[in-house]
Amino acid sequence: MSTIDIYVPRDSGALSLGAEEVAQAISAEAKKRNVDIRVIRNGSRGMYWLEPLVEVATAGGRVGYGPVTVKDVPQLFDAHFHTGGKHALSHGVVEEIPFLKSQQRLTFQRVGVIDPVSVQEYVANGGYQGLRAALAMKQADVVQAVLDSGLRGRGGAAFPTGIKWKTVLDQNTPQKYITCNADEGDSGTFADRMLMEGDPLSLIEGMTIAGLAVGATQGYIYLRCEYPHANQVLKEAIAAAYQARYLGADVMGSGRRFDLEVRLGAGAYICGEETSMLESLEGKRGEVRVRPPLPAIKGLFGQPTIVNNVITFASVPCILAKGAAFYRDYGVGKSRGTLPFQLAGNVKHGGLVERAFGLTLKELLYDYGGGSATGRPIRTVQVGGPLGAFIPASQFEVVAGYEELSAIGALLGHGGIVAFDDTVDMAKMARYAMEFCAIESCGKCTPCRIGSVRGVEVIDRIMAGVDTEHNLKLLEDLCETMLQGSLCGLGGMTPFPVTSALKHFSEDFRGRGARH
Amino acid sequence: MQTLAPTQRETVLRVVAAHRTRPGALIEILHGLQAELGFIPPAAVPVLAQELNLSRAEVHGVVSFYHYFRHSAPGQQTLRVCQAESCQAMGADGLTEHVKKTLGIGFHETTPDGKFSLEPVYCLGNCACSPAVMRNEDVFGRVTPERFNELLAQWKRGE
Repeated sequence: MSTIDIYVPRDSGALSLGAEEVAQAISAEAKKRNVDIRVIRNGSRGMYWLEPLVEVATAGGRVGYGPVTVKDVPQLFDAHFHTGGKHALSHGVVEEIPFLKSQQRLTFQRVGVIDPVSVQEYVANGGYQGLRAALAMKQADVVQAVLDSGLRGRGGAAFPTGIKWKTVLDQNTPQKYITCNADEGDSGTFADRMLMEGDPLSLIEGMTIAGLAVGATQGYIYLRCEYPHANQVLKEAIAAAYQARYLGADVMGSGRRFDLEVRLGAGAYICGEETSMLESLEGKRGEVRVRPPLPAIKGLFGQPTIVNNVITFASVPCILAKGAAFYRDYGVGKSRGTLPFQLAGNVKHGGLVERAFGLTLKELLYDYGGGSATGRPIRTVQVGGPLGAFIPASQFEVVAGYEELSAIGALLGHGGIVAFDDTVDMAKMARYAMEFCAIESCGKCTPCRIGSVRGVEVIDRIMAGVDTEHNLKLLEDLCETMLQGSLCGLGGMTPFPVTSALKHFSEDFRGRGARH
Repeated sequence: MQTLAPTQRETVLRVVAAHRTRPGALIEILHGLQAELGFIPPAAVPVLAQELNLSRAEVHGVVSFYHYFRHSAPGQQTLRVCQAESCQAMGADGLTEHVKKTLGIGFHETTPDGKFSLEPVYCLGNCACSPAVMRNEDVFGRVTPERFNELLAQWKRGE
């Protein structure tokens, strides 16, 4: 009998639930039983309620078992799971699981499927076709393809990627840089991490295409230090790409150079803001820069620089391989292509859903998410991280697109959706938003640095029931000042969660405490 | 100011030498130092400034800007409990209280036996498995107070 391939994720979410121990137990048990297997460490499929999800390659497809614990392993062998045998933990063929089957995975097409650091598997699964296509095109045509695809920055700001690239292409300087913002600090978002741990070569390919397209020879991935597993996988993948000559002095035999390295952040949320990230890459305090000049004109070390998010870069190979029209045909309105939505917080089936824009929050939360984890009603969701608005259940019919969310005073951001059940105290959440801003403010703008501290104090008084109406008015004034008087999104957007909580859940702020 | 022990000085110079030609090297150097020493000794600041042709204020400014860099030696193991929204939605507040009570320390503190340091962290990217805890570089998901107790027992045994 030939060797059986068994997949156990090395994704840190799966590892956080014991995947490493499960992988070791499977290897040990197979040895004991004299079963010829090969354990492959893949990324996660993004169905975290099933992690650790062990997959077995069979003639009929990959059969999944999960969530697997170490003590399940002997029983799984008893049930002949290694030939796809039936077991209580079996979910049948993984790609037939409705959560996954109904998705449209373009950017995440290989995540969870392949060994993330194998160039060979990457290429066998459609990898490097985008770069191959780009190498046969003129630089301006590559940029045009990205523009035509309608791709917008997936980090949250949703700026058209092609315009940014064109600006850098148009700069006539010898040194330009490609930088990837992998400082995924928004709570409820993990798409970047999953991609870097599950298919890092797609990010590397996307950055390489960007480098060739605009004439940059050096790329940096600015990775948050809270992601040590992603760091490890990225480093292995970059080394493998150099080895196979997809990076370095002679990319794919084209005679053109592109070098790439990972730089670690150091636990500052603000460094996810692009100018702060550039300061940090230069080895300085991550203080926000005044724009203009835009980074595309004067960025890293004063040179023209592309700053894009992980998912933005990782979406580019597909666009080049299959054409701008292919990508653009997904989506609604001005939100083109697909977005990896992330379901997090109090949700039964947390995980990653890559779909064309056009789904409503309700579909995401209930059809995919299965409602709350606690079984209580979902009262609100926060979309787009700690600077995103709280959206009440009465607005869950909204389409999760950039303009659609913006129209109700919310934002899509990086596509993270954090669900809260009806036990949530919205005054406490508003207080946390201010507290977080106070902790993470870079200190440059007074409304952010001091306003956030004052915000915590005012909300404390509201929560204690002290002079409520006056303090609510004060809080609204303060939010207005922060909104208008901050250079970047931290101070400028912290008011969003606060004012949305006030607007939709005013009952949580009024009539509190002993004194009135 | 305390002076740098000779072995520490040697480490500082070695780490600087390994990175000094890289553009924007300071943060990489600080990472390298913290990986070896566990923290950035305040007495390393003037040495770094001298070596990199920066002012002490510039180096201190960078060290103190970033939450990750420590000014004092950590415990043998560092525990980080996620405080961000997704984990809050799944009981991080209660877990945090439990962890503090169990260890008998607050955030930014180390147990008297020097075994554990406790730090807050704002998102580990494990939001579909909240609440999350990190021990050194390992992440743990769906950490209830009960699961924390089991994990802590393992960590105390050195597993």
